[in-house]
Amino acid sequence: MSTTDTTASGIGPVEGASLYSVDNPAPVIEPPRQRTKKTPKSTRGNFELAAWLFMRLSGVVLVVLVIGHLLIQLVLDGGVSKIGFAFVAGRWASPFWQVWDLLMLWLAMLHGTNGLRTVINDYAERPNTRLWLKGLLYTATVFTILLGTLVIFTFDPNIR
Amino acid sequence: MATPVLDKADAAGSPEPGFADSPYITVTMRIRRFNPEVSAEAVWEDFQLEIDPKERVLDALHKIKWDLDGTLTFRRSCAHGICGSDAMRINGKNRLACKTLIKDINPEKPITVEAIKGLTVLKDLVVDMEPFFQAYRDVMPFLITKETNEPTRERLQTAEDRARFDDTTKCILCAACTSSCPVFWNDGQYFGPAAIVNAHRFIFDSRDEAGEQRLEILNDKDGVWRCRTTFNCTDACPRGIEVTKAIAEVKRALITRRF
Repeated sequence: MSTTDTTASGIGPVEGASLYSVDNPAPVIEPPRQRTKKTPKSTRGNFELAAWLFMRLSGVVLVVLVIGHLLIQLVLDGGVSKIGFAFVAGRWASPFWQVWDLLMLWLAMLHGTNGLRTVINDYAERPNTRLWLKGLLYTATVFTILLGTLVIFTFDPNIR
Repeated sequence: MATPVLDKADAAGSPEPGFADSPYITVTMRIRRFNPEVSAEAVWEDFQLEIDPKERVLDALHKIKWDLDGTLTFRRSCAHGICGSDAMRINGKNRLACKTLIKDINPEKPITVEAIKGLTVLKDLVVDMEPFFQAYRDVMPFLITKETNEPTRERLQTAEDRARFDDTTKCILCAACTSSCPVFWNDGQYFGPAAIVNAHRFIFDSRDEAGEQRLEILNDKDGVWRCRTTFNCTDACPRGIEVTKAIAEVKRALITRRF
């Protein structure tokens, strides 16, 4: 530290009374998560490749599934007014619609989760923030997928 | 041989350049200054100068440094768009100061000049390029062959094989692309466009035999799959390299394993 009389007032640099000097420079602002010689650690896996491919393929399949779903539910044959317990029960009596909805649930959930994982990787800077956001995301995903799958397979039209 | 006689009619006929048709205009250069030895804060400082609009931003910076304020700090070496040391953010876009003409960037308004983003600013327009060069080194940007003996003749290659990676040989490592990439701004662990471009240059070179190895490096979690195809890199490249296309070709090579 220098021995000169530096005032730590908030007025800012006045001539001869700057907070910083050649021997005492201000800290530089480093960008988040800088690359060093030791990082990133190599993982040697194909996960990112698979995730990237999955996004494209599931996206294409989802276009068909979701637009078909919306057409049936909201447009064709009376539109949204026809939807009720009986309508859902009638559809899920057929294995075709069970598979359709199951596929839509899994693909949409994994597609969305992977998208959010990407967003977290891109924008969360601190390791702890990343860990917690991803933990929350994966918990919510597993819960929704399991609950949805359970409902599709154990749906009982005679429930009361 | 007769010595040719210079026709002086043109020079004599043109009128003396008067005050009214002076090529000089007044421009305001708004430069983001940062000097850790004075203040922890970066500030925008305006400089007014008379300059020919056909001159470059680098000439304006020189005028400031030489005539107005000698403390202005920036990098430049060749000043002709080859060495890649004067990449900076001019009017919000990454360009080389030595290839940007004043007349092309609307001199009516103040011209903003700041350091490239995503790297530590050391002083004024000078950034710490080390993380950028580390990513470059990490893709092994040199010829690797399996043969152990020194070759006794040139490594020949067809014109088509040479054309395959011609675009990516143009890179001058100015960091304009990498520091325009929003993924790199928030996560410096990403290799960044420049490193991928230089990997592409060797992956698709028929004489090189370590393509597989480089692809494996870029297949990792901070490699090509983090590219969001925002095309910022392609827009920023002062050499006109189709950076996003090169990245896409590396992605395709990874999926098909053909390169």
